[in-house]
Amino acid sequence: MANETPKAKRPARQEMPSQEPQERAHNFYEVALGYRQEMALLEASRCLQCKKPQCTTGCPVSVRIPEFIKALSEGNMWGAVEALKDKNSLPAICGRVCPQETQCEIQCVLGKKDKPVAIGRLERFVADWVRAQGIRAPTLPAKNGKRVAIIGSGPAGLTAPGDLAKMGYAVEILEALHTPGGVLMYGIPEFRLPKDIVQAEIDYLKKLGVVIRTNVVVGKLYTLEELLADYDAVFLGTGAGLPMFLSIPGENYNGVYSANELLTRTNLMKGYLFPKWDTPVKVGKRVAVVGAGNVAMDSARSSLRLGAQEVHIVYRRSAAEVPARAEEVHHAEEEGIIFDFLTNPVEILGSQEGWVTGLRCIKMELGEPDASGRRRPIPIQGSEFEMPMDTVVMALGTQPNPLVFTNATQLERTRHGTVVADEKTGRTKMERVWAGGDIVTGAATVISAMGAGRVAATDINAFLTNQDAAKSWWPEDAVPATAS
Amino acid sequence: MYRILKKQILTPVTKLYVIEAPEIARKAKAGQFVILRVVEEGERIPLTIADYDVRAGTITVVVQEIGKSTKHLGQLNEGDSLASFTGPLGHPTEIENYGTVILVGGGLGIAPIYPICRSLREAGNHVIGIIGARTKELLFWEDEMRTVTDELIVCTDDGSYVRKALVTVPLKELLESGRKIGRIWGIGPAIMMKFIALTTQPFGVTTIVSLNSIMVDGTGMCGACRVSVGGKTRFACVDGPEFDGHQVDWSLLLSRQRIYLDQEKQALEAYQAQLAESKN
Repeated sequence: MANETPKAKRPARQEMPSQEPQERAHNFYEVALGYRQEMALLEASRCLQCKKPQCTTGCPVSVRIPEFIKALSEGNMWGAVEALKDKNSLPAICGRVCPQETQCEIQCVLGKKDKPVAIGRLERFVADWVRAQGIRAPTLPAKNGKRVAIIGSGPAGLTAPGDLAKMGYAVEILEALHTPGGVLMYGIPEFRLPKDIVQAEIDYLKKLGVVIRTNVVVGKLYTLEELLADYDAVFLGTGAGLPMFLSIPGENYNGVYSANELLTRTNLMKGYLFPKWDTPVKVGKRVAVVGAGNVAMDSARSSLRLGAQEVHIVYRRSAAEVPARAEEVHHAEEEGIIFDFLTNPVEILGSQEGWVTGLRCIKMELGEPDASGRRRPIPIQGSEFEMPMDTVVMALGTQPNPLVFTNATQLERTRHGTVVADEKTGRTKMERVWAGGDIVTGAATVISAMGAGRVAATDINAFLTNQDAAKSWWPEDAVPATAS
Repeated sequence: MYRILKKQILTPVTKLYVIEAPEIARKAKAGQFVILRVVEEGERIPLTIADYDVRAGTITVVVQEIGKSTKHLGQLNEGDSLASFTGPLGHPTEIENYGTVILVGGGLGIAPIYPICRSLREAGNHVIGIIGARTKELLFWEDEMRTVTDELIVCTDDGSYVRKALVTVPLKELLESGRKIGRIWGIGPAIMMKFIALTTQPFGVTTIVSLNSIMVDGTGMCGACRVSVGGKTRFACVDGPEFDGHQVDWSLLLSRQRIYLDQEKQALEAYQAQLAESKN
């Protein structure tokens, strides 16, 4: 371990300034405002610069964390950018949406006695600094004459094309919606991830010569087979976009939304600007959001901003099992979101006219650990009760959208609907088709999708330049990727 | 991209647009739909394809002007471009030789019925068309329909043209006549499709309807369009839009179509005020 600064001298973990809860609960501006320079330098000075840094092992893409922090603390901003971007092509996004407390920061040695270094906030600071310098496109090599299609433009689909363009490939992104960015655009709200940050990444790809074709629904307009006739390689990064419901009575009443619908109307279609923008989004006075992941927090906090007076998170497990990022839960609590733990909806109640009037729930208790390692919630007999509600949002997770698989019989899939792909290369069972991100792992994180995009880009290059022509397409030592 | 090559006024509330979309035209089949946006701030409007022409590279849609978005579209002219045009979406109609088939198109529903008639006729069916509208001036494509049907029955609710009847009346007569009918399609307003399904049910003839529930993305992502068919929740956008009309929960569909009535009214009023102002 490096020289430890005496405790008395080490500054406290720097809090990040944010909009006041009362104010921000009524607007869609970004909640967290980012460090000012002196705060960033102070926070960077807390890093112990461990010889064997554990933080890096906690990062799904092994960002050179101590190096970027060291450069930052020395005022070498371009050095910090280089160390950060070497492994992470989307740091401004990851700095905002990564669950640092379960990845890099949980590994930080400082965290044992003190609070860990605020790695995510420093990442965001460096990334925001470089964005403010303006986009600089690197000098590109001559085109190598090979064409790659990237399907989907979320975190995985935004990463692979940049890497490939820099290697000389002609890259086209095929996006089903009218706006590129995937979940970063339709799912994550403006107040957590401002859309101009995502737009900056898209603009950067355009500067690299990447062609973005929107309104192209693969599986409908073209099949994978047709694309393979046109392109040398195809990368599938269509994520997990299919909403799940509970299959309880009343789920089709007016006022029951999937989180995807509520968020798409709000973010992609800018429903919060209705009627200036044409797409409405309707949220009642009392809203229940079922689930407790990041999407549930986004739905709850969006509902508040859309005018709801009372918003509940209804979750069948306890506070300890909440899968959302700690910061989102903290922000939601500050904004007055009510958490109903160990509560499971059994029926949605509605009026004669077909509108939601409430939620019937049953109380739960925790039993023995289940397959996920978490204690299984068990209903408490006779504990059913009703909560009056105007709107219910189902935030229960998502599955890959099968549209893209139309006629692609060679593509092996799991019973969860995800695509089987090798972890080390991103190769699927269908020759010249790679996949990465949520379509392979099921709903996971932005950073792991980004990492998978990068792995696939590297292997696409290896394959197309015949570096491993001797190898069979499906590697003998293949390890099907799963959610980390 | 997505240029309007031709605009035609079909009735006082209905306009036809021929859109330049060569790739979609190559893949489109009868029964599928497209989603268009008029402007950047616009809604995604789902429209069942009224015609497609591979050689010309075009898709034809027929639009009834009801709310802000459709009226806004009506302000566009030949040569103007749409903000986006996506498709083909949904499953195509199952085209087979069913023998004799009846296709019922009510109001705007005449448009999507047209390419289905043509495809069924090409597949060897004897095609009987029934088209109707509230009144004579709302009726369109009678001549076009004659070219894709073997028999065509035309009626109006108020009797202002040809026969005074709801479309379900000649439909019932045909079924009662004892002619062997292989399959029936009914497309139009939800309430009309409901009554078509109710009319045919006692005769046990499979009746396909095209459900026009509210949609956002049209690719299965949001679930706004969920309908109940045979007691199961289905997404009209990816599982449909065509379903067995005898299995559809019509009251749910009718109820879910009303979710945004207040907002639709608000948007339309604001738009009309804005139009009036710009004319002054």
